[in-house]
Amino acid sequence: MGAIHVANLGKAYKQYPTRWSRLIEWVLPFAGPRHQLKWVLRDINFRVDPGEAVGIIGINGAGKSTLLKLITGTAQATTGGVAITGRVAAMLELGMGFHPDFSGRQNAFMAGQLIGLTVEEIAALMPEIEAFADIGEYIDQPVRVYSSGMQMRLAFSVASAKRPDVLIVDEALSVGDAYFQHKSFERIREFRKQGTTLLIVSHDKSAIQSICDRAILLDAGRLAKEGAPEEIMDFYNAMIAERENQTVRQEKQEDGKVQTISGTGKATVTDVALLNEQGVRVEVVDVGALVTLQVTVAVNAPMARMVLGYMIKDRLGQPMYGTNTHLKELPLHDVRPGEKITYGFSFPMNLGPGSYSVATAITSTETHLVNNYEWRDLALVFTVMNMNREHFEGCAWLDPSIEIQRP
Amino acid sequence: MISIGMLKGVLAYRGFIIGSVKREFQSKYHNSILGAVWTVLNPLAMIVVYTVIFSQIMRAKLPGTDSTFAYSIYLCAGILTWGLFAEITSRGQNVFLEHANLIKKISFPRICLPIIVVLNAGLNFAIIFALFTGFLIASGTFPGWAFLAIFPVLAVQIIFAIGLGIVLGVLNVFFRDVGQFFGIFLQFWFWLTPIVYPISILPETFHSLLAWNPMFAIVTAYQTILVNGQWPQWQALIPVTLIGIVLCLFGMQLFRKRAGEMVDEL
Repeated sequence: MGAIHVANLGKAYKQYPTRWSRLIEWVLPFAGPRHQLKWVLRDINFRVDPGEAVGIIGINGAGKSTLLKLITGTAQATTGGVAITGRVAAMLELGMGFHPDFSGRQNAFMAGQLIGLTVEEIAALMPEIEAFADIGEYIDQPVRVYSSGMQMRLAFSVASAKRPDVLIVDEALSVGDAYFQHKSFERIREFRKQGTTLLIVSHDKSAIQSICDRAILLDAGRLAKEGAPEEIMDFYNAMIAERENQTVRQEKQEDGKVQTISGTGKATVTDVALLNEQGVRVEVVDVGALVTLQVTVAVNAPMARMVLGYMIKDRLGQPMYGTNTHLKELPLHDVRPGEKITYGFSFPMNLGPGSYSVATAITSTETHLVNNYEWRDLALVFTVMNMNREHFEGCAWLDPSIEIQRP
Repeated sequence: MISIGMLKGVLAYRGFIIGSVKREFQSKYHNSILGAVWTVLNPLAMIVVYTVIFSQIMRAKLPGTDSTFAYSIYLCAGILTWGLFAEITSRGQNVFLEHANLIKKISFPRICLPIIVVLNAGLNFAIIFALFTGFLIASGTFPGWAFLAIFPVLAVQIIFAIGLGIVLGVLNVFFRDVGQFFGIFLQFWFWLTPIVYPISILPETFHSLLAWNPMFAIVTAYQTILVNGQWPQWQALIPVTLIGIVLCLFGMQLFRKRAGEMVDEL
């Protein structure tokens, strides 16, 4: 079983003022150092227990890739260390070391040897690699005639041919067609079931939320936050939207969930409610029932244009549906401080049974990245239950009418 | 010099090393129709140029010998072995830069890379030298038992080349000037070693200076064996052997100390 233990990890690059400085430092080791340390990672402490899946998120330059390099051992830590138990497979960049003139099969052997498999092992795994890559007779063609997608598929198949104890995945997986992405994620899930420990870096919200038990947010080389994927993702989104004079705060709700609120606060959502057909507040909704999502906004500062948006997310934070009054072409103009505006969004609850949350955003355009007046995650939590319909699977109510022809 | 961990790593990756050597060898002729034939044709052409052209057309004669082939053999003895030395050192100095991507992305024993370079150079040399040996036998100029002395001399030369190659390879990552400089240096070195010309054409005063050239002792040994069919002066090889061992030790030390920092510089 694989575990990762990162203790007090730090990485600094040496920076020399001129090209000569390094030479002088090497030639005259007693004259003292002439470089400055540029820290890209500092005081990183976390552990991934056997069988756990942890996601690492952070903006570009936060140190994610450096952290993975230190964990996989390609780069050397300046302080602290990493202890890993079990067989490690790292997918930092797929297709490394492929030679264009050689066939896919020959390259598969080479890539396999590079990750420490023996020729016999690869030969034994070859039928499975071929089947998973699913590139047909191309396997015996030179790699230079492959499409980039085919290269990725072969590379992933080789890299994941043998189940590792610890799997480390960089953003590599966001390449390839949708079908293969799906397939590769399925394989990772399968590994997880069999006990593989997973460490994944991704910008893909749904990837992190659907597969990870925990998430770690890196910011400017430090571990900024660690917690449930949904909470961290919300914080991360708020952080991206952060502009001057904005604050991000997280409030713990009565049910233990953490609400993330960010924005300039020019307007604020004071109430979110789900009403049934009779106009009564409900927390439990039947599948297919007509409901109205009622959002009340208090205006604190004048705004030339105000847009309200909402997003319904499932238990894992994956978006089910979202829209806003910009897309619906109903923005408000010239709102004044002190105004209290009530929105009603009516729709049939065509979601499958489960727990859902509503996030709201007050902006000036269709995205909260331009003017984020207020962004509120977990503004409302409700449950959908199947009370009156036959049993069905999935997160959407797509009731078919059925026609059967039996000649 | 080499730690146990390093040896273990190399052993575990022997498949990768052998595979890489094979692949590099194949890749040169992979898309050609004649394929492996070229691996023989190229060196064969080179030997034909040195032997037939120099002995038959230019009628070059080595001072103090009558044989038509003497100068050709003299030339080959120096050039072929110099080729091995030049390949190991110049590929060695670039080996880490060439594989920067691999080093940055995949965790594997880095020391495999210079090993692959040496094995590849050795393979190329084996082919060309086998052809040359064939020529020696065919032309009736095979030196006899003294030929066996080639192997210890080769060993000394390879140790020297590996040591120099690793030192240059590591330094070149941090100071790219090293690579540029050595390219020029190697050319001067070649012409300052009696390979194309016999030492006798040099003024006496230069002879003592040549003692400072480690390759002089090695090339002279080859020439003694192949041209004169005599055993080489072993004690003349002692300094270069020592230099080679010291360079290897220094190179490994440098490599171990700087391997981590190297990744940051690539």
